[in-house]
Amino acid sequence: MFDYHALAPDFIVAGTVLAVLGADLFLPRERKWLAAVVGILGLTVALIPIVTLAASDDSVRSMMDGSYVIDDFALVLKAFFILTGYIVLLMSVAYVEADRYYQGEYYFLVLASLLGGMVMASSRDLISLFVGLELVSGPAFLLAGWKKADARSNEAALKFFIIGVLSAAILLYGMSLVYGMTGSLSFDGIREASASVAEEPVFVLGILLVLVGFGFKVSAVPFHFWAPDTYEGAPTPVTAYLSVGSKAAGFVGILLVSYVAFAGAPEIWGPALWILAALSMIVGNLIALRQENIVRLLAYSSIAHAGFMLVPFAAAALVEGDSLNQAFEATVTYVLIYGIMNLGAFAVVIAAARRTGSGQIRDWSGLGSYAPGISILLTLFFFSLAGIPPLAGWYAKFVMFLAVLQNANGWTIALAAIAALNAVIALYYYARVVQSVWMDPAPDEVAPDPEPSGVAPSLGLAFGMLAVAVIVVGVFPEAVGQFAKAASAIAGG
Amino acid sequence: MEWFDNGWGLSLVVFTPLVGALALLAVPKKDEETAKLLALLASLVSLSLAVVAAFRFDFGDAGALQFGTKLSWIPAIGSDYEIGIDGISLPLLVLSAAIVVLSIVYSWDHWPEPHNPKGFLILILFLATGMAGTFVAQDLVLFFIFFELVLLPMYFMIGIWGDKTKIKLPGFSREVETRLYASIKFFLFTLFGSAFMLLGFLALSFRGGSFSIPELAQMGADGQFTGTFAFLVFGALFLGFAVKVPMWPLHTWLPDAHTAAPTVGSVLLAAILLKLGSYGFIRIAIPILPEEAKSWAPAIAILAVIAIIYGSLACLAQTDMKRLIAFSSVGHMGFVMLGIATLTPVGITAAVIGMVAHGVITGMLFFLAGSMQHRYHTREMARLGGNLKLMPILGGFLGFTAMASLGLPGLAGFWGEFMALLGSYQPLEGLSLGVFRTAMVVGAIGTVLTAGYLLWMLQKVNLGEPKEEWAGHEFHDVDRYEFAAWVPMLVSIVAIGVYPKIVTGAANDAVQVLMDKAFF
Repeated sequence: MFDYHALAPDFIVAGTVLAVLGADLFLPRERKWLAAVVGILGLTVALIPIVTLAASDDSVRSMMDGSYVIDDFALVLKAFFILTGYIVLLMSVAYVEADRYYQGEYYFLVLASLLGGMVMASSRDLISLFVGLELVSGPAFLLAGWKKADARSNEAALKFFIIGVLSAAILLYGMSLVYGMTGSLSFDGIREASASVAEEPVFVLGILLVLVGFGFKVSAVPFHFWAPDTYEGAPTPVTAYLSVGSKAAGFVGILLVSYVAFAGAPEIWGPALWILAALSMIVGNLIALRQENIVRLLAYSSIAHAGFMLVPFAAAALVEGDSLNQAFEATVTYVLIYGIMNLGAFAVVIAAARRTGSGQIRDWSGLGSYAPGISILLTLFFFSLAGIPPLAGWYAKFVMFLAVLQNANGWTIALAAIAALNAVIALYYYARVVQSVWMDPAPDEVAPDPEPSGVAPSLGLAFGMLAVAVIVVGVFPEAVGQFAKAASAIAGG
Repeated sequence: MEWFDNGWGLSLVVFTPLVGALALLAVPKKDEETAKLLALLASLVSLSLAVVAAFRFDFGDAGALQFGTKLSWIPAIGSDYEIGIDGISLPLLVLSAAIVVLSIVYSWDHWPEPHNPKGFLILILFLATGMAGTFVAQDLVLFFIFFELVLLPMYFMIGIWGDKTKIKLPGFSREVETRLYASIKFFLFTLFGSAFMLLGFLALSFRGGSFSIPELAQMGADGQFTGTFAFLVFGALFLGFAVKVPMWPLHTWLPDAHTAAPTVGSVLLAAILLKLGSYGFIRIAIPILPEEAKSWAPAIAILAVIAIIYGSLACLAQTDMKRLIAFSSVGHMGFVMLGIATLTPVGITAAVIGMVAHGVITGMLFFLAGSMQHRYHTREMARLGGNLKLMPILGGFLGFTAMASLGLPGLAGFWGEFMALLGSYQPLEGLSLGVFRTAMVVGAIGTVLTAGYLLWMLQKVNLGEPKEEWAGHEFHDVDRYEFAAWVPMLVSIVAIGVYPKIVTGAANDAVQVLMDKAFF
């Protein structure tokens, strides 16, 4: 019944979650950071079975009547969540230590949310998918309100919570309609039954409601309005996690329901996601142009990126023939690369905001003259987000265009043109930050560096890993491409 | 030398500057001498390897790709590290490697503000890799990467070391520094074009199943790309390359970028970066989509002559010497594009020699303009005058280069204009004779206007008596670094003018092979 080898990564992370909570009980106040070390060690150990599973001959290990599956998709995404958690913990150590309360619980919540993402990657029915999603969201609500003395942080958590509950309700209602029409909870069952009910309005409504539910999670326009306030109010490492881990979890959900469960009904989700993709790119980018606060800017940029990630969906469904795998691969590639560069961007925000004492873009002017290291990293990650070769972001956009233009028709060409224009618009606001840092004059008096020895070592380690990744993937995109290709095998069932 | 021929030679030409740039990162900022020597060394290695390539090049088989290799790069999308040069790329590759060396030599003690030679040199070396890479790439994705690689360094070069004069933009209440406006404008325009160019590349690979330029060109010659598809793809490529050239009416970034850039930035922009666009037409758009090229050719020819006339007239309206030279680029590149539009061997050979000549001549003019600004601290032609009396050598150089630029026979600028006009008398069969012969006549008028504005500039800047405000000023005539950087350029202006075979010897056959394949 249980394949313990297959479940080892999830079990190890679950064990780590408990170990962190336990360690927190016994650690003295000034050593609380050791809880993060426990978490990082646990995550490292969890990577081992992922490697052995990938190397083993059984490519698909199915459990519980196919509800919980370990295949290449699950492994790639689990590894992604673990590495995301790794970086987020590294980014958090110095940050939460400065606040000095509830550090142990903080790491516990991050890891628990992460575990939810790992569960989602293996879920192949509606129930386990929903449980996984709630496990992602629940801890994230608490994390967003971490700075409890800060009104903005409270607002962030409250908005996030209310929207989260609303979207969960919509999602569940949609799932119940789908179940009612197809009589099945498993993705395979839904796909087989969907041919006979594809014309039924209730089934269509079910699919659309499920998409709306996930639309909130990935902050696609018009379900995005919570994101900027929540991102701005939450502690920055949490924002980094929300914009990468939590968003990736939403995409895991959308990918699974669209390409596996509703693989027989692309004519329903395709046009709907076409609209979401186009709106997210346009609205996200245009509003980002006006932002003065760096975190709000990145929030709108992440909305726009969600649009780019949705582009392949729209294309996959609108054209005839067997193009599902390539579109699936494109979105997975985009999610993986976006994770690297957006975590990098937030790591830079943490370091630069600490150095300048401000999150306003104009207060960063001249940063290049007194903090060149941070500024070079900022340039690297922001231009990668803009998609400028040879940084990793170009390949994400490239495969996105590749997916949308295969078997092109009028709709996909139009979407490709919208995406191309948006890529240009996006450059403007990323370049504005870079301009402020390198080209605008430094203030007459620069505040002394709060950390004369440079950035905290843990943050430095995160920087190092991400900077290397963003360059290596940019020059040798195959490093990510082959994982995405392996993961795309499940598209279409 | 087998290693040289099977890809290592060209790869080293391309990547030595990049390695140099990375090594420079490790040099402490204060140690300027080491930084300069290291950068010079990297660029010299790159240049000498490019020269070795020129000597080992088999001119008897100039149409074939030489020194090439093909290695697996991104199997997931079917893109390879495929490189190689033929007679069209060779002169441009040598030109770009040479201009980089001369730029570094010139920079030796002409650092624009804010000082920081280390950063400046790193950017030059990055540019060198991007430019050389574009000329050797034989894979569309690789081409795209190199084509874009030049954006970031040039953006920073203009934005950090550029002109700090404030300008007021229509519609904005606040004034903005020229460098900030020009750098982002350059970046956005080019990115806009290349985003669509990328869409075109992708569409080609779907239809052709490959990103390899030689393979796609073969398919194009076999008539595989036709109809609306070909029309849209050519349009997308056109946008990408035309912004870079730049063709009228997509040229508006150019005067701003050239004027705002530091001297070396303007030189590299004019000498090499603009050529990436026209090279793209010759290497990619025309061979892969020959039929579509035929239907677009009259439009390109019309835009080209508009650029010639517009560029010349705009020059006559300038008060700023550097801006005048910038607008002259619009006109000169118009001749290059007119040559390309004829789709004849003579026209495209004219384009190649025109590109090289414009690279050397306009590069030289920007050097001179930069050195004059360095001495006078102004570029206003109304305040200059009598330069020849104050600085006889520098003034002499300026006069000589301006003569070359206006197309004086015997100097490099002559061949490109002359052959382009010659080509448009008898364009490729099937193209409208009316359009091209009219273009020829208008282009010929353009050469007169070109002579007009350049002589006008010389008269204002070089001749006459020095203005009173300079009385008592001591002006230092050409210094040794300037000599070292300029003499090779002046020599090559004469050499190409007297013996154009330096360029056409390789290019002629390669163009002939390319045309035969595409149209016959």
